[in-house]
Amino acid sequence: MPVAFPFSAIVAQEEMKLAILIAATDQSIGGVLVFGDRGTGKSTAIRALAALLPSMRVIDKCTYNCDPDANDAGVCESCRSRRAKDNIKVRKAPVPVVDLPLGATEDRVIGALDLESALTRGEKAFEPGLLARAHRGFLYIDEVNLLEDHLVDSLLDVAASGENVVEREGLSVRHPARFVLVGSGNPEEGELRPQLLDRFGLSVEVKTPQDLKTRVQVVRLRDEFEKDPDAFVAKWKRKDGKVRNQLVKAKERLEQVEVPDAALERAAELCMKLGTDGLRGELTLIRAARALAALDGDEAVGDEHLRRVAPPALRHRLRRNVLDDAGSTTRVERAIEELFGA
Amino acid sequence: MMTGAQPHSGATAADPPPASPPAPRPDLWQDACMAAALFAVDPAGVAGLSVRALPGPVRDLWLQMLHEFLPPETPMRRVPLHIADGRLLGGLDLAATLRAGRPIAERGLLAEVDGGVVLLAMAERVARSTAAHLSAVLDAGEILLERDGLTARTPTRFGVVALDEGADDDERLPNTLVDRFSLLIDLTPLSWREVQTLPPDIEVSDILRARTHLPAVTLDDEALDALCGTALALGVDSLRPTLAAVRVARVAAALAGREQVAPEDVSLAARLVLAPRATRLPMPEQPEDEMPEEPPPPEDHQDDQDQDNSPEQEIDKPLEDQVLEAAEAAIPADLLAQLQLGALRARSRTSGKSGATQNASLRGRPAGTRRGEPGAGARLNVIETLRAAAPWQRIRRTERAGSVAEAAEAAPTGQAKRKRRHSQAPEVRPRVEVRLDDFRITRYKHRSETTTIFAVDASGSAALHRLAEAKGAIELLLADCYVRRDRVAMIAFRGATAELLLPPTRSLVRAKRSLAGLPGGGGTPLALAIEAAVDLADSVQRRGGTPVVVFLTDGRANVARDGTGGRTQAGEDAMSAARMFRSAELTGVVIDVSPRPRTEAEQLAREMNAVYLPLPHADASALSNAVKAVA
Repeated sequence: MPVAFPFSAIVAQEEMKLAILIAATDQSIGGVLVFGDRGTGKSTAIRALAALLPSMRVIDKCTYNCDPDANDAGVCESCRSRRAKDNIKVRKAPVPVVDLPLGATEDRVIGALDLESALTRGEKAFEPGLLARAHRGFLYIDEVNLLEDHLVDSLLDVAASGENVVEREGLSVRHPARFVLVGSGNPEEGELRPQLLDRFGLSVEVKTPQDLKTRVQVVRLRDEFEKDPDAFVAKWKRKDGKVRNQLVKAKERLEQVEVPDAALERAAELCMKLGTDGLRGELTLIRAARALAALDGDEAVGDEHLRRVAPPALRHRLRRNVLDDAGSTTRVERAIEELFGA
Repeated sequence: MMTGAQPHSGATAADPPPASPPAPRPDLWQDACMAAALFAVDPAGVAGLSVRALPGPVRDLWLQMLHEFLPPETPMRRVPLHIADGRLLGGLDLAATLRAGRPIAERGLLAEVDGGVVLLAMAERVARSTAAHLSAVLDAGEILLERDGLTARTPTRFGVVALDEGADDDERLPNTLVDRFSLLIDLTPLSWREVQTLPPDIEVSDILRARTHLPAVTLDDEALDALCGTALALGVDSLRPTLAAVRVARVAAALAGREQVAPEDVSLAARLVLAPRATRLPMPEQPEDEMPEEPPPPEDHQDDQDQDNSPEQEIDKPLEDQVLEAAEAAIPADLLAQLQLGALRARSRTSGKSGATQNASLRGRPAGTRRGEPGAGARLNVIETLRAAAPWQRIRRTERAGSVAEAAEAAPTGQAKRKRRHSQAPEVRPRVEVRLDDFRITRYKHRSETTTIFAVDASGSAALHRLAEAKGAIELLLADCYVRRDRVAMIAFRGATAELLLPPTRSLVRAKRSLAGLPGGGGTPLALAIEAAVDLADSVQRRGGTPVVVFLTDGRANVARDGTGGRTQAGEDAMSAARMFRSAELTGVVIDVSPRPRTEAEQLAREMNAVYLPLPHADASALSNAVKAVA
């Protein structure tokens, strides 16, 4: 596998990096949507993050990379029965980052009848799809706004439930599929349906940096990387290691981070002020703030955390007038100003 | 204004080395030759080269030159327009698999071409999925196979030469590819006479030498700053082209036998990589710079080798300015004209979504099955396939048993027997004998999406006082289209032109932006507008959509087809264009926006076989309701 660009060497795009880290810390947040210009390092960032994650423990010979430490509901059927017989081995495997190519068909994504064994041997076997491979890792969809709607629907459904249920062609299969969904796209080429927007946990807007210094820095680092990837990665190893530690610690700490009532109230107030539909916004806001506190090493969620995660957690949930030009980011920021004071 | 004329280009023949004589613009053909040579040095690093040209002798000559630059053993494969994904990336060889009774993989074209060149024919119409696959493989340097139950990684590095035969602005390479390709050249303005100059004195041996040089070539910070600054000044937002320019500058230095990237390499890279992507002209800092007609002093950077050419002149200017000038001078003439008009905002660089119709076999409601192979987007209907195979099972089993027995008889020696037993070992006896003929794929029917084309009269006569209402109506319809996932396009006509303001899109952002920028005033070139609308409707139809054309006009044409004034001629032209509209059998609505409706618009509607709606006092919402009722 080609070497990935180091995460810590990505210049600027702070909000995107933070959002990806938050989503990786707490998978239940529901993934990240990155909307913005081409060539801003969207896919570089997500690949880089996966490369720096420590490898995970999986049950050997399991198609779905089941977690040996999960309870019975969290592993696939075959692992469950094997575990009952005490017949499992554990091995280490890298965290998967699965690309969903634009032309992917539904059967490749959710899995389908294994044609080969069906046709040549007359056996009914399940052929796992991309969702199975993405279990416990990341599923990256570039140009998510161009993906067929029915595919996006089933993806989001699985992402929310953590389980892929296949009922087709005489098959009835269910397997765990918990992954961080990362979508990216360019709004100039079409928009995502509003009801789908809401299903993504965080949403980030990226722009190409417009100041010369940053741009030179990006090009310089990238050029250095391309000339000798291995040396470059070695050079950034320590900084990447720091990010890895931060993430690992944050995951451990996540459960202990306290969410005081005051923070809950603040979050509710903010959502009411912005008129977000449903409770998903509040929930995401709180979870994201908790993950951020864990990443920062803080013990409780405070105003500062809410402030920083409010734009990515809420900007895509505002009920919007389709013809309103005022960006939702500005609206969120205005509400934050009013609530928390400048 | 157009600086595209090249009065000196013929003179190059006198002087074979690539030192071109001072010309107002860099010699297009010499640059195209250099691009070919640069690509040949490092196809995978350059990643892509797009050649915009109609098929013809000029392009053939260029391709032949590229062939000569490439070492003879370089693999080169042509990718046809609708290549199946299985062939492109690799997959299951279905026929062989069935014969053998076990999965047999086929290697894809992209794996076969490792280290070589992919030729993408008619690249402007390439399927979106093909473009996406190519981009993914170019980015990763390997093929991630994820098909037909096969999972494999095959490293492969290659360069793509895209033959872009697009004639219009809306026929372009997909953005995903343009962003990743380093070199964009346009041979369209070149005539056969202009390409008779001798190509640069480069041979395969030079290319090979450059390849060995390349890894050691260094690039200093000044050059890096110059390229980044130029990209920023020209409004090249994405950072990929800037990186590509860095790579190309290195390759150029290697080709010239230099160990460090020199200013002329940087200039060449800026000309070839950044100039064609310019979205704005650099801000003129000094007033004397603002006249593009005045040729920027080209002597100091156009020469590739001439060292004696006034080096002190280069010293007084920072490198960035030189590079910027070089790039500016190389902005293609048509692009330059548009930039000067500030019209680029409205111009689309997205390709049409030609993939939409090709996916038709996957969308919509199932509508029966038919015989055919799965793959290439078609989905196998397993039940129907098995049903088709069922009646033949007994016959086929006997057949197979017979052929096995025959083989046994035909191989009497012990050695052959052992061999046979060996080869039989992995064979699985299929429980069901399925042949290629049995495959049934599901057919789907889908509602083709509607594209509403607005042709808005922005002329002084009709629209000045109604333009705001027209805009309001379109905004309402846009919101409606957004909900239905339909697409909208907009043509504005005023003065002597009908301009495609907004190519078919679903993007509200773009629609709103182009609507906000719609200027008013001038004559009414109705004939041109109808023709533009028919053209656009035709291209929508070809992509499988259903066009509905909505004209917002008072019908009082006063600019003829050739752009000249005159009510009589203009009226006749408009009527003949209207008959063309009728013969194209398009759905149309003419909304009369004049304060007191008269007969012109009504007559026009009759001639076009379109619905006529006089809306003298209508507001935006009434207008929108009326259109909705028809469309």
